[in-house]
Amino acid sequence: MAGLATTTPGGYLLVLAILLPVVGMIASFVLGGRNAERVALGSTPFGLALACAIALDVGRTGKPIIYAVGGLPPPLGIALRADGISAVMLVAAAVIVAAAAFYAREKFATPDGVGESRGSLTFWIMLQAIWAALNIIFVGGDLFNLYVALELLTFAAVPLVCIDGRAETIAAALRYLLFALFGSISYLLGVALFYGAHGTLDISLLAQRVQPSPVVWTAAALMTCGLLAKTALFPLHLWLPPAHANAPAAASAVLSGLVVKGSFFLTLRLWFYVLPALATDKAAIVLGCLGSAAIIAGSIIALRQARLKLLIAYSTVAQIGYLFLVFPLAAGAQTWSAIGWSAGVMQILAHAFAKAAMFFSAGLLAEALGHDQIAKLGGAARVLPLTLLTIALGGLSLMGLPPSGGFSAKWLMLQASVASGQWLWTLPILAGGLLAAGYIYRILAPALSDDRISSASPPKRSREAIALALAAIAIVLGFAPQTFFDFLEIGRPVVGQP
Amino acid sequence: MTPSVLAGLTGAALVGLGLYGLILHPHPLRKLLAFNLIGSGVFLVFGIVARRGAAAGFRFDPVPQAMVITGIVVAFAASAIAVALILRLAAESSHVTLDPEVWSKPNGGDTQ
Repeated sequence: MAGLATTTPGGYLLVLAILLPVVGMIASFVLGGRNAERVALGSTPFGLALACAIALDVGRTGKPIIYAVGGLPPPLGIALRADGISAVMLVAAAVIVAAAAFYAREKFATPDGVGESRGSLTFWIMLQAIWAALNIIFVGGDLFNLYVALELLTFAAVPLVCIDGRAETIAAALRYLLFALFGSISYLLGVALFYGAHGTLDISLLAQRVQPSPVVWTAAALMTCGLLAKTALFPLHLWLPPAHANAPAAASAVLSGLVVKGSFFLTLRLWFYVLPALATDKAAIVLGCLGSAAIIAGSIIALRQARLKLLIAYSTVAQIGYLFLVFPLAAGAQTWSAIGWSAGVMQILAHAFAKAAMFFSAGLLAEALGHDQIAKLGGAARVLPLTLLTIALGGLSLMGLPPSGGFSAKWLMLQASVASGQWLWTLPILAGGLLAAGYIYRILAPALSDDRISSASPPKRSREAIALALAAIAIVLGFAPQTFFDFLEIGRPVVGQP
Repeated sequence: MTPSVLAGLTGAALVGLGLYGLILHPHPLRKLLAFNLIGSGVFLVFGIVARRGAAAGFRFDPVPQAMVITGIVVAFAASAIAVALILRLAAESSHVTLDPEVWSKPNGGDTQ
């Protein structure tokens, strides 16, 4: 137990990973003008290096990195912990934030000697704020600390939605904020009940103390309900499509790829790290059913959208549904639960990279063609071949065709559901793949047609390359070796072993 | 009925009333007020939780009280952002509504 609470040698890396974006955020605000952009762009390589260092350290020692803030171990103090999935998520967040920053240079650049515009300054500050909040969520070890991080994430994400100030986007941001506030207050009530019942909020201490009592179930239900509202799981998804579709492309990519994963990550922490000792089968089945409904409903609504960005946003609703199948498929300590666990994390990563690439490409298409109506995409592949290649590769992963990260995730999910005898889950997994093929076809078919259109302003090759690189990562994830899946197991509590 | 039970029931009632308002009132300002009502209820529950510490020799457990203060600051910041958004929405458009149907007008020249 002492080993769970004392600082390990690499612990300072976790502090640096949080401090870097926070310092960058403050520096961007104080320096303003062009420096805001320089600070944000300059800090991304360091952030990526830190995340990689944490991942290497976790991989080398095979144990989580721990840092007890202020030298006070829990329950008195707060611990930061990075285990296998934290390290992977830190790296993924750093890559996508860096890609978004370099992609957004075109739109939010401030020329020399000119005062910054409000939109640009907001973008660079909020991008780093999102990054800071995500890093705290990935390494946080205290439920109340995580509440604060969750709120930071919301406060950073909402301004990005309404950055261009149109009434429509402000309404979308306000809806997002109200859903998120409901989510956080519900989570907070759960935190209060947990503290009242067990006198600690440290995740690993709480895991040792929880008893299957009505208070614990109520607290877990309240927290889960709040987190579902923030993750936009069907039927609480109503805020997501207008919010994600109206944000600038660089912001949409971060919101869809990373921000919704932050609250999902906390749901994983709650069910697999705080409550692994309890029998959670029934709750897992409820979450799995909601996820299945999200896959089917999200995909069908995506098929009916006229605007490209709305289609991609509804696809996010569907892909989030897959994430929640991890609860029935990775529960307990059976041989198949490790497969379900790998599948869930793989789906987080594959969707994050594929969806960021899709939103970047949708932004490039909209800029080059001046609209984002799917019906008028005819012949776009002639004008923007690289961008359409990116959409195709990203779509490959969303559909779950081999070889891609999306395929690995769905294949592992199918394996887990067959091995565990819960074969009913195979139906939404397979149906979701077919429906995804349908909505990707809706984009690609007109774009690859013979029509000729002219592009108002062809995009820079470098921006197309950034989007393509992210799509390529989503594909390469499909070749992840077994050591990668073993890495994801580091620090995961398994029933029966403290 | 002990004071703790009374406070707990009051907290529950506040959360219930707030939830009702948050879901049923169409106007965003009313929704925001309802959110603050839920917040007050939750903070009241934290206050009762703080009484647990009495067993350890303190009059109150200071940790939940510290959490309430943080929670109040966060809820205040959230309300400020929401009010700013509502004001901006009112300035930008004649109808302050969250109904997505109103906003999904056919727009061909919409870029981002």
